[in-house]
Order: sequence, then C-alpha cells, then structure tokens
Amino acid sequence: MVQTDPAPAAHAAPQDARPGTAPRDGAGLAVRDVVVRYGGRGGRGGGTDPGTTAVAGVTLDVAPGEVLALLGPSGCGKSSLLRAVAGLEPVAAGSVTWDGRDLAGVPVHRRGFGLMFQEGQLFPHRDVAGNVAYGIAGLPRAERDARVTELLDVVGLAGYGRRAVATLSGGERQRVALARSLAPRPRLLLLDEPLSALDRGLRERLALDLREALRATGTTAVFVTHDHDEAFTVADRVAVMDAGRLLQVASPEDLWRAPASRRVAEFLGYQAFVPAELSAAGRSLDRRGADNSAYDGSDELLAIGPRGLRVVGTSGASDAQGGSASSGAGTWVATVVGSVFRRGAAEITVDVVLPGADPGSPARLVALAGTGGSGGADEGPEPGARVHVAPDPAGCAVVRG
Amino acid sequence: MDGDGRRLTAQARPAAGGGLGRGALWGLAAAVPLAFLGVFFAWPVVTLVARGFVGESGGLDLSGFAEVFSQPRTWRILGLTLWQAVLGTAFSLLLGVPGAYVLYRCRFPGRRVLRAVVTVPFVLPTVVVGVAFRSLLVQGGPLGFLGLDETFAAIVVALVFFNYSVVVRTVGGLWEHLDPRAEQAARALGATPWRAFRTVTLPALTPAIASAASIVFLFCATAFGVVLVLGGIRYGTIETEIWIQTTQFLDLRTAAVLSVVQLVVVAAALTVANRTRARRERALNLSSSASSAHPIRLWRDGRPTGDLVPAALTAAVVVVLVGLPLGTLLVRSFRVPGGGWGLDNYANLGTTGGRNALSVTVWEAMGNSLRTAALATVLAVVIGGLVALVVSRRPRSRGGRRAISVLDSVFMLPLGVSAVTVGFGFLVTLDRPLGLDVDLRTSGLLVPIAQAVVAIPLVVRTVLPTLRAIDPRLREAAATLGAAPGRVFRTVDGPIAARSLGLAVGFAFAVSLGEFGATSFLARPDTATLPVVIFRLIGRPGAENYGMALAASVVLALLTATVMLLAERLRGEGPGGEF
Repeated sequence: MVQTDPAPAAHAAPQDARPGTAPRDGAGLAVRDVVVRYGGRGGRGGGTDPGTTAVAGVTLDVAPGEVLALLGPSGCGKSSLLRAVAGLEPVAAGSVTWDGRDLAGVPVHRRGFGLMFQEGQLFPHRDVAGNVAYGIAGLPRAERDARVTELLDVVGLAGYGRRAVATLSGGERQRVALARSLAPRPRLLLLDEPLSALDRGLRERLALDLREALRATGTTAVFVTHDHDEAFTVADRVAVMDAGRLLQVASPEDLWRAPASRRVAEFLGYQAFVPAELSAAGRSLDRRGADNSAYDGSDELLAIGPRGLRVVGTSGASDAQGGSASSGAGTWVATVVGSVFRRGAAEITVDVVLPGADPGSPARLVALAGTGGSGGADEGPEPGARVHVAPDPAGCAVVRG
Repeated sequence: MDGDGRRLTAQARPAAGGGLGRGALWGLAAAVPLAFLGVFFAWPVVTLVARGFVGESGGLDLSGFAEVFSQPRTWRILGLTLWQAVLGTAFSLLLGVPGAYVLYRCRFPGRRVLRAVVTVPFVLPTVVVGVAFRSLLVQGGPLGFLGLDETFAAIVVALVFFNYSVVVRTVGGLWEHLDPRAEQAARALGATPWRAFRTVTLPALTPAIASAASIVFLFCATAFGVVLVLGGIRYGTIETEIWIQTTQFLDLRTAAVLSVVQLVVVAAALTVANRTRARRERALNLSSSASSAHPIRLWRDGRPTGDLVPAALTAAVVVVLVGLPLGTLLVRSFRVPGGGWGLDNYANLGTTGGRNALSVTVWEAMGNSLRTAALATVLAVVIGGLVALVVSRRPRSRGGRRAISVLDSVFMLPLGVSAVTVGFGFLVTLDRPLGLDVDLRTSGLLVPIAQAVVAIPLVVRTVLPTLRAIDPRLREAAATLGAAPGRVFRTVDGPIAARSLGLAVGFAFAVSLGEFGATSFLARPDTATLPVVIFRLIGRPGAENYGMALAASVVLALLTATVMLLAERLRGEGPGGEF
C-alpha cells in the first residue's frame, strides 16, 4: 500500500499488520479470520464436497457508535459476512466477538443485533405499528406505543402506524424496516443493501436520512452495499471486499485519495491506469508520497479517477493531419468520440493511446472540458476532433500494480 | 438515546441445550404422522397385499400373478382403467386450460362466483356425481335420447366433470401470477398472439399443466364411486374390480394382485407429479405479485378477439358439463315417484326407504356423516399440518433435505392407493391393532381414521405451498428482532399459514363427507354415512328409493358446497392450495 498523503498515513499508523483492525481493543464488534462456506457437507463424515467459500478469512473491528460500510461487487462475500455476524450463517472458521465475548453458539435472537434487509421483509400480516413493535413486545404497552411513535417520527413516517404494509411505497417500506430494526435498541445494526431496491433519487435522499437516523440514535452499524456513493454517504469507515477477502479499510476520504491497490481503485470507478514514471502527474504525485519510502516505484501506477482527466486544448490542424501521437509536456493526444453535458461540465468521451500501451488499441476514457481559459471548450468539440488531454492530479491517485 | 438502554434486549449467552431440544421437537413432529400412517395405512395395506402372496404352506407364492394375468378379464379391466384415465386427463386439459385463462387471466363481473361454481364438482362426493349423471342419461332423462347410460363415454364425461376444476385451479393459480411482460415483449418483437402464447406463455405454464395432468390421471385411474354407479356391470376399473373381487367373490388373491398393479400405476403418476410440482413451486417464486388480469373483450373492430374461443368454451363447459347434471339432479329430486312434483322425496328422508332398504333414516345417516367427518377433519388437519410443517423446512445438510423429500412423497401415497384396499385392510388388521386387545372395528373410530388417511394428502398439498412461500428472511428478521424460534413460529408462520389452514379444514371436511371407497367397507349398517346410504338406495328397486337417492344427493351436495364456501371465505386472496 502506498500512502500518497502524509496525513492519512499518520492517522493509520497504529493500523499494523491487519488492514481491518481498529486502534482500540475489546469494545464493539471484533471479527477475526472469519470463513463462511456454502453447500459443503458440514463437518460430518469428511465429505467430498468442500462447497464454495464465500468469506475467506476476514478480520475487522467496529467500534461502538461507528458506522462501517462493507463495499464490494455482488458475490464478493459481504452479505455472507454480515449474515455470519448476525448468526444466520454458521462460521466455518475464525470468531465473532462482541465486547470481547465470543458469540459462537449464541443464537440469532439472543445476540441483540438488528438486521435490515434489502426489501425490508416487513411482516405482511401486521400493520406498520405492529411491525415496528415486533421486537419490543416485552415492554409495557404505554412504553411500547411511545417508542413506536418516537421511531416513526425518526424515520419521517409519523402517523403511519395504522397503515397496512401493502399500501406503502418502496421507500416507506424501507423506512418502516429501519424503524423496526431500531426499536429494540440493537447493540449493533446490520444493514444488507437496504437501499438498492429503490430508484436513484430516493436512494440518495434515503441514504442521507439513514445517516441522520443512525447518528441521532447513536447506533453502531455495519452497512453492506455495492454502491460507493452510498457507502461514502453513510459510513464513517469503508471496508472494501473482493472475492471473500478484505482489500482495504479506511475513511471515505482516505480510501478515495489513496486506494491500496488497482483492484480497489477499479471498484471505486478509477477509469485507467498508467505506469507512474511515464506521466508528469504520476511523477508529481509520486514525489508527494515518496518521502517516507525507500521504494523505487517501478511498478507504481497512476490511477485516473472518473473526473481525473481534462481536455487541455484542441490539437493544431497540422498535428491532426499528421496524426503524431507524441505531444508536449504531460499531455496526450486523443480523438473525440462524443460528449454529454452532465453535472455542470461537459464530459467528453475520447479514445486515447496511453503511454506504455499498444498504439493500436486506444483506451476509451471520459475527460472533462477544461475550465475557463482557452475558449471553445464550453460547447464540447465535434466527434472526430483531435484534442490534448492530461491527467488532473486532484482527481488521480498512485497505486501499486 | 441512553447508552444503557441499548443493552436492554439481550446479553450474549451461549445456549447449549436449545438446538438439541429443537431437534427433538422436529423429530417428534415427523414421528407422530409417520406412526399414524404406519399403523393406519402401511400396515393394513401391506397385510392385505401380502395375503395375496402367501401360499397354502405359508411361503411366498407368486403364482397369483400368472393366474390373474392369464384371465382376459384382467387385461380388459387394466385397458379400461388406463384408457378412461388417459381420455379423462386429455379432455380435462383441453377444456381446463382455456378455462384457466378465462377465470384467472380475464376480468369480468361474476368471476369469483364462476370460479366457485366450477370448483363445486371437485368437492362433490363421487356417488353424488354418479347419481347426477345417471339422472341426466337414463331413459327419460334430458339426455336419455343419446343412449349413453351405462356406457364408457358416460364414465369419461363424468371424470372430466369431476377433474375440470383441478386443471383450472392448478394452471390458473400459476397463470394468474405469471408476469405478463414476457408475453408483451414477444408481441412487441412481432409475434402473433398465438405465437406469443405458444412460445412464451405455454412453456412457462408447462410445470403447472404437467402437475395438473398427473394429478388428474391419478384421480381418474383410481376413480371408484363414479365408475361403480355409472359403469354398471360392463365397465370397471382396477379399483372397482378390487371391490368386486373382495366383496362379491371373496377372492383376496386376485384383489391383492390388482392392488399391486394399481400401486405401480399410481407410483409412476406420483413420481411425475412430484417432479413437476417441485419445478412449479420454484416457478411460482419468480412470478410477479401484481394481478395481471385484463378485462375480457370478445369483439374488437368488428372482429372476434383471441378471448372469444376460450370464453365460449368455458361458457359451454359451465352450462353443459357442470350446470346440466347438477340442475337435472336438483329438478328430478322434486319429481314425485307416482308422477307430478313435490317434496315427497325429501319427506321420505326421514324414513328408512321403501321395503326398509336402509337400517337408518337418511337424516340419521347425515348425522353420522357430520360426526365422522368432524372427527376425521381434526385428525387430518393435525397430522397433515404437522407433515406440511416438517416438509416445508429446508435443512442445511443434504441428508436432511433428502429425508424431507422422501417424507413428502411418502405422505402423498394415500392419494393414490385404493381407498378400497385401505378400507379392506382395516377390516383384516385392526381387530387387534399392534397386538393390543382393543377391537377398533367396533369403536366407531375406524371410519373417521380411514377418512383422515384419505384427506391428509389434500391437507398437506393445501398448506405446504403457503408455508414454502413464506420468505425465510421474514423468519430471520423476526429472529434478529429478538424472537426465539417458538415466537417466530407463533407470530410469523402461524398467522400466514392460518388462512390456508382454513381451506385445508374445508377440503378435509368435504372429502371426509364424500368418502365412499373405504367407508363402504367400514361403516356398519347403523353407522352408515350419506354416500353409503345413497349408493344403497340406488341399488335397491323402487322409484321411491331412487327418488330418495336423488334428494339425499342434493342434501349432500349442498352440505359439501356450504363447507367449501365457508372455507373459501376463510382463505381470502392469499396464495396456496393446489387443487
């Protein structure tokens, strides 16, 4: 892992051998070398079928009050890990502890962990209040009613208590599901892609509401998602998983600025990778992080972020005719494929032959039109035009190959 | 929110004994039904069948097979059984699939009523169906000129009448939830309505159609009451032949051989049914929950639409196949034996019939029917409910899953084994059940137990789809909210399954009310039930007795229909129920 910024590097100093270990001991959730397998023949008879390994040894801590996002592509094992923590899947190896106490053998309903599902899984035969009250049936009636009212208020559904579940919209269902899982004041709330079944606008709004609700109730939570925007919105720290393993755990900002590997960067949406010593931006970024390392940097890559490439000017007419691939200081010649205007800037799709790549197979990347300065960039260039593009250090990172 | 309160619900506490106790509980839930079926189904049937293969000296004697199969009569009966089952199944499908389309895919006023009307024949006692068709086809009946009385065609028509609703409900249940967008996509790609149906909808329906076909085949191949009443002396099935051989000729060996033959036929049909059912339940999970019915439209832009043919066909079936026999039964029950119309037949229900044909009055027989059916229903719902509960589990281990699939098949067996065999087996084994010195034959419990054995598969098939359709994540959600397994069961499985349990109660009661094969063996003259009394009445000479049989059939039909109507109300619109 290469820390490109001294500040996060200092912050992460106690984070010794294991990427997921938080600086504190004991309190909160501790996951140690957990393995989850499916489809095997259990332990009996030394079966021939080992099954598939969904989680292959993950170590992770969640401090009290913290919200951790488990981020990864579908099938990476993040939901399996969540279900293992909840006690819904048996742990094949490793341990799950809470406040230092091993949870092996503690059944789901005694763990005091809440779980919220992707589609809410509300009880269809109970109304909204009946669903929210399910986990606090042991409380005196008045107290229970007060708690239900309070929680419906927290999730913005005051007055919905008597509504039938079938009459709710998708977003309302998820809000009820959230209220239901918060009602028993779980020691830890596990959320399994709680927003993915919703449409985009609603998802963004609900992600903010979810963060507010979790902060307001001081709930410790683990949040599974495949959407990095969602993870960054809700979580204090983000753990990136792939193929059953943990790749990196960091705060959203650190994760974004210093992805630990090419795989993490790819998952976060970094669009291209260039050997660092072949680009000026790469060399400059490299220099920023180089002070604490004796490492020679030969296999370092400049990762170009989704908004990390800029059009710095149109190519001269002679240049376009000649088709010269080489160009001046740190810029590359690119052919415009098309452009769209999004989020306040022209996003131009270009074909560009990256340094060190085969000239016959240009990479198709998205570059932002240059801000101000050279005129004509506002209304994007015509398809087929030749332009110069350059990586913008603010939108790029250096990763190990 | 205070920090202490967040530790309110639970403290981590290892539970060592919990898993073990739960395992024992599930074991018990499986053991009780197994023991029940072992004593009251497997043992009598095996004993009876074994009697056919034990020679004079006590050793195994398989010569019975050669003997029975050397008789041309056996081959004729076997051929008739298969032939009427194949024809009955084919016609039920040909009429039932369009019916499923009209009743589950189209919207029109009165659809609910029509669905209920179509269901009536299935729950009607077989004897009543037989009597209704005879009243239609006899000389002087509305269709007497066709000369169909006591013909093979009459049997097939009655079987279709009986099984039409099985196809409609099984196929319609799936069709109703089929996502219409697949067919719409095919149409948008340029397929004609017929091609879209043939290439998209029909393949999606195949599991349901195959499942319906195998169940209907099963019912047709083991039909008893209908064949006995309509077939006269010329036509019979293996089932009626077993009855004739045991009661008329006392030839247990032939009966045993025929029972084995029937078991083979039934096992084959059940295997097919099981395969397709598993596929069907998976398919149901994929379906959309939104209702996809469209308003029916027979005519558009001066041309008939694709709805016209199925609608016309369904209307014809409802009027001719369902309405006519039942209407004739009702009308003729008011014809006074001496001529003219009146309530005489109903008044006679308080007597024991002309020349004392019966040993109890028909009203007393109705009392017997209600009592035994109530007892049988309790037994069937408890045992069948336990079976459905056990079979609905999806254990983690492969061995557990296999055990459950075996259990599933085992509990379906009574559906296909001849009720006559069961009834007769009871008589020969239960004088000293398990060596205990209690003669169950005189206890009055035999009839309800036999009826329960017949009704259990129906209870299982009604409750199981609902239990299986419960999203396992609902139970997980309840568990993470702190509910122990017992509470999960009580608050999640229970309320959701309860509605289909209501329907199961209705089915069990209706089936018990109409059960004839086993009851005809077991009921003593003073405890005769309505179907037994009706069969005895039509077998006795005299217009008075025939009139009473018609009136008693109407009473029994009304009773059954009332029970089903109540059960349907309990059910609501939820999923579940295969028949």
